[in-house]
Amino acid sequence: MNISEILFWFLSALAIGSALMMISSKNPVYSVLWLIIVFFAISGHYILLNAQFLAIVNIIVYAGAIMVLFLFVIMLMNLNAETEPRKNRWLKWAGTIAGGSLLLVLVAALRQVEQSGADKAVGEGNAGLIQNLGMVLFKDYVLPFEISSILFLSAMVGAVVIGKKGD
Amino acid sequence: MPIHYYIVLALALFSIGVTGVLTRRNAIIIFMCVELMLNAVNLLLVAFSKMHAAKLAAFDMAGNVGAEAQIFVFFIMVVAAAEVSVGLAIIVMMYRNIHSVDVNFLNRLKH
Amino acid sequence: MANSFSSLVYWVPLLPLIGFLINGLCRNYLSKSLTGIIGSGVILISFILSVLIFNETRAESDALIVKLFDFINTNDLKIPFAFQVDRLSALFLLIITGVGFLIHLYSTAYMHEESDVHFARYFAYLNLFVFNMLLLVLGANYLIMFIGWEGVGLCSYLLIGYWFKNVDYGAAARKAFVMNRIGDLGFLLGLFFLLQQFGTLNYVSIMPAATGASVAVLTTITLLLFVGATGKSAQIPLYTWLPDAMAGPTPVSALIHAATMVTAGIYMIARSNILYTLSPVTQTVVTVIGLATALLAATIALKQNDIKKVLAYSTVSQLGYMFVGLGVGAYTGAVFHVMTHAFFKALLFLGAGSVIHAMHHEQDIRKMGGLAKKLPHTHWTFLVGCIAIAGIPPFSGFFSKDEILIGAYNVSPILYWIGLLGALMTAFYMFRLYATTFRGSFRGTHEQEHHLHESPLSMVLPLIVLALLAIVSGFIGIPELFAKDAHWLQKYLAPVFAQSNELAHAHHITHETEYILLGVSITLILVVVVYAWKRFASKPDLSEPSGFGKLLSNKWYVDELYAAIISKPLEQLSSFTLKFVEKKSIDGAVNGTGKLVQWSARQIRFWQSGQVGNYILWMVVGLVAVIVLMTTIFS
Repeated sequence: MNISEILFWFLSALAIGSALMMISSKNPVYSVLWLIIVFFAISGHYILLNAQFLAIVNIIVYAGAIMVLFLFVIMLMNLNAETEPRKNRWLKWAGTIAGGSLLLVLVAALRQVEQSGADKAVGEGNAGLIQNLGMVLFKDYVLPFEISSILFLSAMVGAVVIGKKGD
Repeated sequence: MPIHYYIVLALALFSIGVTGVLTRRNAIIIFMCVELMLNAVNLLLVAFSKMHAAKLAAFDMAGNVGAEAQIFVFFIMVVAAAEVSVGLAIIVMMYRNIHSVDVNFLNRLKH
Repeated sequence: MANSFSSLVYWVPLLPLIGFLINGLCRNYLSKSLTGIIGSGVILISFILSVLIFNETRAESDALIVKLFDFINTNDLKIPFAFQVDRLSALFLLIITGVGFLIHLYSTAYMHEESDVHFARYFAYLNLFVFNMLLLVLGANYLIMFIGWEGVGLCSYLLIGYWFKNVDYGAAARKAFVMNRIGDLGFLLGLFFLLQQFGTLNYVSIMPAATGASVAVLTTITLLLFVGATGKSAQIPLYTWLPDAMAGPTPVSALIHAATMVTAGIYMIARSNILYTLSPVTQTVVTVIGLATALLAATIALKQNDIKKVLAYSTVSQLGYMFVGLGVGAYTGAVFHVMTHAFFKALLFLGAGSVIHAMHHEQDIRKMGGLAKKLPHTHWTFLVGCIAIAGIPPFSGFFSKDEILIGAYNVSPILYWIGLLGALMTAFYMFRLYATTFRGSFRGTHEQEHHLHESPLSMVLPLIVLALLAIVSGFIGIPELFAKDAHWLQKYLAPVFAQSNELAHAHHITHETEYILLGVSITLILVVVVYAWKRFASKPDLSEPSGFGKLLSNKWYVDELYAAIISKPLEQLSSFTLKFVEKKSIDGAVNGTGKLVQWSARQIRFWQSGQVGNYILWMVVGLVAVIVLMTTIFS
């Protein structure tokens, strides 16, 4: 077991454990924090896969911007464990069982994917480096990139319109 | 690492997200679970892109192979960020109207 | 050209049809006299044409087929709409149009109280009936006969229920129709068998081919046809409709239920005489049923007090004799009796109608009596009819009945004696009827007595004509006993029955035996007549019947028996099916479906909780199910 394998198992366990904690925490603030840990673990995976650009973007956009937004909202609303709505126990069980069986059938279905030695995701290759991705992004995908800025703009306008104290 | 590991990991994260959506009533937590599912898919996309690149590398066709998938993930993040901004705005408005983030109050679909 | 009129035969039924259309469609605009002229006139023209055709058939022994058009024309089933003019149908044409015309004439006076519209309706029905009856006898194949057969059934229904506002009359019409339908089913099955066996329904093709067919098949066919005949000609077990049919106007009873329609069965069997001759079993059945009907109806007639009911049962009884004639192979005798019976029974019915007319629709003979002086013409014509039906020589009934009975004696003496017993009863009840009605003293109300009047000329004239016919028509069939080669009718009809007569090997009794039989029967009949006359003229039978008489006056309880063994179980079955099959099962199933849908809707409604969580849960469940299905199917 080399270092990268150890790291893989560690990061996987961290991601799954944090995700489970995220959905089971009573306090929404804790949930946000657990989710940030998940995102960090996923970023670790990206690094293991030699996709540094995505790792960085993931931390900046998700763990940084988006989750901070969530935290802001939660704190704005002053949500905590006491105000947290509870679901009926049966529905909780039903949801858990449904989610579990979804995992089960998906795993069972994808187990049959062809298995060969070549099916490996390796940490080699330079595609994920910032330089290479930047070349591809600003050469081949410059138009979608620019259009995405318009998307952001419209999302911003939409958020403002919706969030405005309406009358 | 074998691709199966990544598949199972991504599926596990995705299913946890689904379970969270099913078991929680807080709109914000549900929203977070959706983000978790998105990330699970992103992870799988990256893993597949690397597998693809590794396969082609065996035929000396390496280079920027696999970059497209990561660009795709990048755009997913872009869309997710936009979506979160709008979605949170909606949740804020909902809180302002019913003073709660419990989705069970939103049962107008029945009518 | 010899057949110039015969080829115009289609005008004979066409004219009544035209009369029907005019009277039926213009009934709101025609006056009574115009209706009467049209209704009777078309029949008169038909009658004249029939006489001309009849005249031609006397010279021509072969049948003439007049084809009008193809009725059914498919690959291997070709049924032409054709008329057959031969000696049998020509004779029937004469009877139908002749008697029919007299009855139409009579009706113009008898029905005069009706309003214009109903008067025209009556004549329309009557014309339609004549049209169908002519179709029945003229048809060159069984299908055309069947069309007429059904048509006369319909007209019979319409005319019995002519006074449809009376519920009982409507019920009687329905009864007649249903009873006829039972018989018609047998007839129809017989037709299908014929078609299957011979591939055609044309008389001219079937009759020569009949000798080649197996006896079993012929027996089946003839028995089925006979079932039809029992319905139409009122034989056991389907005779009960005829007495009830007296609900119709009296001229209708005279025309349909005495002279013409009820003889359709006899015509049909006479027409298919070869088939019957070739199946002895059927012949025996026909004989037995005919004889049983003759006796049963005669016994019932002994105790009836309704003038029309007596005549009705007498008709059933006489029809029984005709079937005996057919059964024993005396086809000529049967047709002869059809003819004489048409005359004297129409006469009797019209006479009864005249009496009823005079008595203001009183039909109970116990309230009559002594009408001889008040209604002189009706009286003597009625007397002629009674003598004729009783079988006293030289009136017509004697010759025809005698011919049938001698034919029966040829087969078996027992048949003769039973037949004679029936004839004695006939004589008895007819003279009981005559004496009670016309002799003695009047027993009705004063008002009735005051209004008693002889009927108008248009009613008396048909009576006189029919009375003359009833007297003389016997002479066309004088038995060989009295004069050699004097039986004109037998010679006339010989071509029709030639094939049967060749096949039948009936031994003929000696003239001595025949003399003895005649002497005995005439003596007995005369004794009975004199006894009945004396007895009922002085002391009419007014008391309520008791004992055996009660059984007879209630018609052997046959109607009740039918009700008990057929109608009641059927009604019970229907009420059972109504209660259990309809209400419980079918309604239950239908209502149950509705309730199930309602109930399940109430349950499923909870799925639509409106809560996003539930929807997502089900979405995931569905997703899991789809994936499971996909993987199990595609792996």
